[in-house]
Amino acid sequence: MGDKKTIIVFSGDLDKVMASLIIANGAAAMGSEVTMFFTFWGLNTLRKAKKVKVKKDFMESMFGWMMPRGAEKLSLSKMNFGGMGTQMMKSIMKKKNVNSLPELIESAQMMGVKMIACTMTMDVMGIKEEELIDGVELAGVASYLGEADEANVNLFI
Amino acid sequence: MADIHLNCKGLQCPGPIMQVFKAAKEAVVGDVIHVKVTDRGFTKDIQAWCKKTGHELLELVDGDTEIQAKILRK
Repeated sequence: MGDKKTIIVFSGDLDKVMASLIIANGAAAMGSEVTMFFTFWGLNTLRKAKKVKVKKDFMESMFGWMMPRGAEKLSLSKMNFGGMGTQMMKSIMKKKNVNSLPELIESAQMMGVKMIACTMTMDVMGIKEEELIDGVELAGVASYLGEADEANVNLFI
Repeated sequence: MADIHLNCKGLQCPGPIMQVFKAAKEAVVGDVIHVKVTDRGFTKDIQAWCKKTGHELLELVDGDTEIQAKILRK
């Protein structure tokens, strides 16, 4: 009891992000303290589904427009077929009673999983704090390493 | 000491283990949690969960259509 796990969510692929959240939820249910560090493409997972009015320069706006806005918009890493594969997978998962990604995020937050957004990624991609879902902390690599030092499982997904 | 009944049939991983975790959190020492599950991974998962969390697995029946477990809240 009381040990720590950390997960770096680098990928923004639906299947990989789902795997990371299933592990996070499971670890929390095993009594572990869990920290998820969302960086690079993975950061899109934490974006609010709704467009938030914030000041952005041209490149930032372009980035914001091209990348998926939130967990609901992520696609599969394989067999996406222009979005059709992802929709098929989602409907099969629903039929088989697998929790959706937004549900997994909500449940992880309720279980006390700490979610950290990488500030460097936010800066590079022009994603502002207001655009992220509630309950997310902002930090950099040192915070992650600090947590990883104390943890006995560290994953990079 | 109370008996807590959970029906986790149809729930996929990690649903059942999370339900058991939540029930154990609300239960008091000596309570017994009875759980029914259809996810086949649960047979191994509940053993690992009990070992990790320190609660006692009193009974585990791996049936044809469902898995039943009895866990003593420690």
